[in-house]
Amino acid sequence: MMFRVRVRVTPRPGLLDPQGTAVEHALHALGFAGASDVRVGRAIDFMMEAVDAATAIADASRMCERLLANPVTEDFTVAVES
Amino acid sequence: MRIAVIRFPGTNCETETAAAIRRAGGEAALVDYRDTTLDGVDGVILPGGFSYGDYLRSGAIARFAPVMQPIRHLAEGGGIIVGICNGFQILCEAHLLPGALLHNAARRFSARPVDIRIERADLAVTRDFREGECIRIPQAHGEGRYVADAGTIASLEAGRQVVLRYVPVPGSDMPHNPNGSVADIAGICNPAGNVIGFMPHPERLADPLLGGAVGHRFFTSLVGARAAELTA
Repeated sequence: MMFRVRVRVTPRPGLLDPQGTAVEHALHALGFAGASDVRVGRAIDFMMEAVDAATAIADASRMCERLLANPVTEDFTVAVES
Repeated sequence: MRIAVIRFPGTNCETETAAAIRRAGGEAALVDYRDTTLDGVDGVILPGGFSYGDYLRSGAIARFAPVMQPIRHLAEGGGIIVGICNGFQILCEAHLLPGALLHNAARRFSARPVDIRIERADLAVTRDFREGECIRIPQAHGEGRYVADAGTIASLEAGRQVVLRYVPVPGSDMPHNPNGSVADIAGICNPAGNVIGFMPHPERLADPLLGGAVGHRFFTSLVGARAAELTA
């Protein structure tokens, strides 16, 4: 089966995220005073062939552990849809 | 004394790094990232630059280049591996050194001289310094904020693995720590001391023509250290 995979990688809570801070300041400057705790991560989308959804999730998680996320500083989530 | 200087796509400090090695009396060999052997090499420098355009995270993709396999072998056998700037980032991504290097806290690329203290003068690149000696040296990076969990930092400190540390600059109005690194860490080594990574660029101050030669001593240390070992 072909799955559409979306990996989300985010800076670990508690770690300073200068990009998130800059975006938050910019949002406040635009008048969005209610925005807080802005964190900037990244989304990685790809298609993947796998026998079932559980295998696709397991493979994508291994990709995150080895390359897509840094285990020292980042957390990740994996979502798949067929 | 033959030092391999590794060139990845996007590396840009290899020429001056090789020149600094030669100026110190060593032999420098530029080695392509696709090479799978490092025969006849006494040590390795991973030089500065932007390997793979810093895509994903700095050093994240270079870590899987073919040449990293023999580098890992060399490291495990006690060979000297030195990472400068992007090379330090690659060594952290490769887990040859602990921790990670994140975007500078001030959100700006920082390119200016900094004052650093040589915390250990018994390593392959610091033998020509005195322990505790402070030097002014260039650094230039966007992702140099060293982070690691509290346990790792404590073990680095206890194991004397912090090699270089940013120190306050007398009379300067600039922050002495250019990137927000925890514990002012500018460089570390592994427990055995043979894998060393740091953010400053000694090759950029390794000849009086460049305005100073304090960086030259990193390379005389490296070249001389090995020579001393071989004759010992």
